Amino acid sequence: MMTNDTVSVVRVGIADLNVVQAPSLIRTSGLGSCVGIVIYDLTKKTAGLAHIMLPDSSLSKRDNLNNYKYADTAIDILIQHLIKKGARKFSLKAKIAGGAEMFQFATTSESMRIGPRNVEAVKRELKTHGIQIVSEDVGGNRGRTIEFDPDNGALHIRTVNKGESII
Amino acid sequence: MNHLSNVQRDVLKEIGNIGAGNAATAMAQLIDKKIEMAVPVVNIAAFDEVMDIVGGPETPAAAVLITIDGDVTGKVYFILPIEEAEFIVEQVTGDDNFKLLDNGSAQSMGLSALQEVGNILTGSYLSALSDFTGLNMHPSVPHLGVDMAGAILASGLIDLSQWSDYAIIIDTQIRDKSGINSVQGHFLLLPDPISFNKIFNALGVNDDDE
Repeated sequence: MMTNDTVSVVRVGIADLNVVQAPSLIRTSGLGSCVGIVIYDLTKKTAGLAHIMLPDSSLSKRDNLNNYKYADTAIDILIQHLIKKGARKFSLKAKIAGGAEMFQFATTSESMRIGPRNVEAVKRELKTHGIQIVSEDVGGNRGRTIEFDPDNGALHIRTVNKGESII
Repeated sequence: MNHLSNVQRDVLKEIGNIGAGNAATAMAQLIDKKIEMAVPVVNIAAFDEVMDIVGGPETPAAAVLITIDGDVTGKVYFILPIEEAEFIVEQVTGDDNFKLLDNGSAQSMGLSALQEVGNILTGSYLSALSDFTGLNMHPSVPHLGVDMAGAILASGLIDLSQWSDYAIIIDTQIRDKSGINSVQGHFLLLPDPISFNKIFNALGVNDDDE
């Protein structure tokens, strides 16, 4: 039998996504320019988390895409997985975190401004799906670890220097 | 590119040897200690595995990152645990109480010292590679990051993530020989996928060598 001491935490890696139901928690670690997108249905206590690296799948320079890597494709798939788990599309909400600029690159490479571009792409994609962003902690120049509780909708954000906050 | 022949692997190891060997000499002069170098490891790593090299995505680390431009493009990291970065700063500046994760403005001198150390080390790493291969490799200005390893390393994966879900990493560890307060850092070389053939061609290694 599960006790409160053994709440399971599902970990999502970089360019990955997953879906959980309460009492499980879902977490991703070390977000820099990447964005963590939590989409959840509080009435069903179901939440999904995607950890995306790049804004747009059209940036890919090859054919066999890893769809979990891009804001546009990952959000589509995350919503499908949530609905399969019993979440209802009309009650989906989102919380997002990440999109920092860890280094100030002075080059013309794609790394430039990738954090803010990721955030813009995530917001555009969520808007397309009509999903409201309830709260966000984006930009800046800090790394973040985030953990979401589908039971109460709290998103815990931990940083190295500035401690922990809940949004 | 998800496969390397044995010859290709050996060539990349030799590159790590030559680069880090040169950098270790520079480091030994900077902190006046003998520096030892491990045998380079060539990893074909999924992005999550890249973070594990330095203890997982959430582990705080200090890193100097330079972007390579020229015939070969890619990234070089000099990355090390927080305490060891603090130790290097203490050695270089003589300040015994340097703490990287404090926010005080008095820390800025220590930070620029660390950035300069990283600049010297990554610069010597890269110039040795450039001499060895005869290929042009220009370093960008160095960027210092002190944060979660995942956040720091992901920045170096963005460019190559447009091609691949794997990074070929040439990882060379250095440490000081005294054992106490040992400095232990990693040089990570991440060439962009298109640069590998240029490196192999420059060194006379063909694709079909086994």
